[in-house]
Amino acid sequence: MSQTISNTDRTQSNAIDCLNISEKKVGLFVTCLVNTMRPSIGFASITLLEQAGCNVEVPELQSCCGQPAFNSGDDEGTRQIAYQTIKQFENFDYVVVPSGSCAAMIKKNFVEVFKDQPEWLARAQHLADITHELLSFLVDVCNFEPTGIELEGSYTYHDSCSGYRSLHVYEQPRKMLSKVKGLEHNPLNGHAECCGFGGTFCVKYSNISNEIVAEKIENVLATEADYLLGGDMGCLMNMAGKLNREGHKEIKALHTAEVLAGLAPQLSGGKDAS
Amino acid sequence: MQVNKPEDFYKNVSKALAQPDLKMIIRRTTDKAEKKRAEAIANFPEFENARMQGQKVKDHTIKYMDHYLAEFEKNALAQGAIVHWASTGEEATKIVLDICRQHKAKKVTRSKSMLGEEIGLTHAFDNSEIERIETDLAEHIIQLAGDPPSHIVWPAMHRSREDVVKLFREFHLDPTYSEEITDLVRSARRDLRTKFLTSDIGISGSNFLLADSGSTCTVTNEGNAELTITPPKVHIVTAGIEKLVPSMAHAVPLLRLLTRSATGAEITQYITFHNGPKRANDADGPEECHIVLVDNGRTKMLADGMEEMLRCIRCGACMNHCVVYKHIGGHAYGSVYPGPMGSVLTPHLDSLEVANKQTHACTLNGRCEEVCPVNIPLPKLIRSLRARSWQKKYEPLTNRFIVQAFAALAKRPRVFQLFCSCGVVFMKLFSRQGWIKYMPLTSGWTRNRDLIEPESKTFMQQYRKMKKAKSDGV
Ligand code: SF4
Repeated sequence: MSQTISNTDRTQSNAIDCLNISEKKVGLFVTCLVNTMRPSIGFASITLLEQAGCNVEVPELQSCCGQPAFNSGDDEGTRQIAYQTIKQFENFDYVVVPSGSCAAMIKKNFVEVFKDQPEWLARAQHLADITHELLSFLVDVCNFEPTGIELEGSYTYHDSCSGYRSLHVYEQPRKMLSKVKGLEHNPLNGHAECCGFGGTFCVKYSNISNEIVAEKIENVLATEADYLLGGDMGCLMNMAGKLNREGHKEIKALHTAEVLAGLAPQLSGGKDAS
Repeated sequence: MQVNKPEDFYKNVSKALAQPDLKMIIRRTTDKAEKKRAEAIANFPEFENARMQGQKVKDHTIKYMDHYLAEFEKNALAQGAIVHWASTGEEATKIVLDICRQHKAKKVTRSKSMLGEEIGLTHAFDNSEIERIETDLAEHIIQLAGDPPSHIVWPAMHRSREDVVKLFREFHLDPTYSEEITDLVRSARRDLRTKFLTSDIGISGSNFLLADSGSTCTVTNEGNAELTITPPKVHIVTAGIEKLVPSMAHAVPLLRLLTRSATGAEITQYITFHNGPKRANDADGPEECHIVLVDNGRTKMLADGMEEMLRCIRCGACMNHCVVYKHIGGHAYGSVYPGPMGSVLTPHLDSLEVANKQTHACTLNGRCEEVCPVNIPLPKLIRSLRARSWQKKYEPLTNRFIVQAFAALAKRPRVFQLFCSCGVVFMKLFSRQGWIKYMPLTSGWTRNRDLIEPESKTFMQQYRKMKKAKSDGV
């Protein structure tokens, strides 16, 4: 009960906050996959947040959310990583993450590993409260609507598991994408079914993961869309990698933020967007 | 059929994936189950309420387990049943076999019960002088085929109609030569009817144990539980202690959840509450009724912080919706309980050391929790078993090393960023036209898919440069 009350409080205060969001400091947690594999998602995130009126900062001392350790059962390793993240980000008004699974890690799982450390538990809970997944933050907190973006073609959408089930990200990206001129939505059969990535799962159980992603791309190809969009780099890398291995160049996998920031036309593997 | 072992999980998986028609065979069942469940839930607006209620009933009973067990025993005794307690599977099978031997039973009929499989009752009978006859149609099929079950609701889902035709022709005394389903069912019915009537002892499981009446409950579609229980002189029930609920009123929300989640039906053909042996003015029924209450790791789960798993009503929805189960099938798990619920139960029934590979074979995507009718947080439980397994160092050393090395880097952001920057340089060496087809140390990825080529520098490198340019410019 108390949880429900505090949630409502938070939403209400968010509604008030968004009136003067420019006074709020937003920390961008880039995530290690975006940092290493696809910086353009990070730059797209900054662009969108600034368009939405946020005052964005990127703390230099950041690394990974700790999922590889947490999901492997290494609680101590997770704590070691989480200490850093908490220290770097707890003083922002909001922390925004361009990934459903990394945002869910911070929002839902940090508290799991600090059960026996009251002081850190409170700090982890505070960080959880101020952390948001990028696409839902833009819509729910900033009331953001993209303007002046055009992209000819059709897209299909993969809802990544953590974003969809843990954070209930579903409407927000679709709502923003509907404002992109020229872009049509071809719904994906099994839109919220796991793509087989699962972090370390995809290399530890490579053969099972392969079967899952093979089926996923069958569904993706059946939509005949030009773009496969999502909000998680891990899933996108997995599906894009399988599409390319199977020779399907007709569909391009992009992060939703890249499309909304107008980067889609110039993006292709290996090129810098900045 | 050779029976898979849980410790051979990797091998079992390779074997399953190499079986060309397995996926089609699994999907035939799980796709239909998924669809029918979705329809049933859509037509059941109070689903979320029932789910909360079901969870509450289970949690309450588990919390006051001692009290309700004592109440159940008292009332079952008052009904004239004999109550036995078994702390392990071996103890339980021994109790059942001893009763059969005391009555010099030659043939026993059995209606489907996962607990029977769990405690090894089927094997115990097969290694004894007593003939075991499975009366559930699917169990009948896998008994003829010599297979273990591959699903907790549809144990013979891995067998095709052609397989069944062959098996029935070989084993039925008066087999049908038609391949129509109704004729096949008739053939099984003919075969089983005489066996029902000549059985010495009927053995059943129980979906619910009602504390306030001492009743046991069976939920079936074929009526075979009733025919297993009524004609023979002796009825033996084996049931896990987590089947307990305070009363019939408490069983009702769980029943509504069970049938919809399992098969998408609003109700099954038969739901029967059995109340001890035949009374003086009853027309029929067993003369003796034994109830064997089995712990087999359940109180340990309670003590281990796994009490949420004891809510499980064995509906099978979690496996029908599991992407891993849907590709590898039930046999690959090498255990009685497959899929997500199995990944939590097997480590307690066998051991975590033996079954930790199953707990890792999960993407933690949360679909199972989403459909579980009693809100069991399966991903959380699976993750916590991994944490236990990590503490006990059950994982292969290389896996541990990689995760530990990663954590050691990630806790030092500067070093981590340097590592990422070097990683980009390394990956660039293997990139061709936007893609990496092969690279040392990443075969788990590149065996089946390509890796996108990274940009020239990491985000942090580019960002720093941009910021510097900006401040220089100012
Ligand atoms: S864990 Fe939940 S979904 Fe799975 S069998 Fe048990 S009750 Fe059904």
